[in-house]
Amino acid sequence: MWIYQKKLEFPINITNPDLKVARALMAQYGGPDSELAAGMRYLTQRFSMPDDRIRATLNDIGTEEIAHWEMIGTMIHQTMENASLADLEAAGLLGYYTIHGKAVYPADPNGVPFVASYIQATGDPIADIAEDMAAEQKARATYEHIMNQTDSEQYLAPLRFLREREVVHFQRFSECWNILKELYPDGRQNKIFK
Amino acid sequence: MNQCELQKRISEVQFVCIELNLYLDTHPDDQAARNDYYTYSRLLDELITEYETEYGPLLGFGHSPTDVGCWVCSEWPWERK
Repeated sequence: MWIYQKKLEFPINITNPDLKVARALMAQYGGPDSELAAGMRYLTQRFSMPDDRIRATLNDIGTEEIAHWEMIGTMIHQTMENASLADLEAAGLLGYYTIHGKAVYPADPNGVPFVASYIQATGDPIADIAEDMAAEQKARATYEHIMNQTDSEQYLAPLRFLREREVVHFQRFSECWNILKELYPDGRQNKIFK
Repeated sequence: MNQCELQKRISEVQFVCIELNLYLDTHPDDQAARNDYYTYSRLLDELITEYETEYGPLLGFGHSPTDVGCWVCSEWPWERK
């Protein structure tokens, strides 16, 4: 089970909101390489993972991703909370507002809702960990694309933190990949399904 | 420490714990890292207890044994300061 802690992993306080950044941040709230996708992917894959170390990694990184998802939701919420219709229109968010108001909804910057087909759980440890390594790099690239759209420290400080976490998670998944190579030196995994 | 400073200190120590936890997931036999994890876990526990005694519960579902403050009325983390 999970226990909720009533604080963010990294502090956020947006007092100079920029709706264009909020729209870009939706990529990480409900897009294909979002924190939501990451958390669901790892917490789902862990059930069929055969090694203790990799199970632990999926469980704990998956848990951290949910805290990151909350950080992204917080930035979007604080940015949209007091926005005028004119501001929303200027950022191309009138369509979003029509359907969701100023709620935080898992859709990408183009309004495409989150779908489970963004993630995979094959039950094949090598395929799953390879996907997870790619997911961390895609999320890092997405963070850099978002950071290119702002000069505001109020956004950049938490975004630098989140980008760095993708780098660390990639490192941990790379170690999982090396563990799998030791477990299955010939690349065959069928012995784990006996 | 005031509430804001104490929260920041908790976040810093918790971050050390998160990093060590993830590292230990793939290096469970690293004794130096295990010692660090133990030290920082104890420190985190002390800081959270100090916070909760002064300002109220940080954790739900029975994990914050304090009769100070109020789970429902304290500010949610997504609220602007």
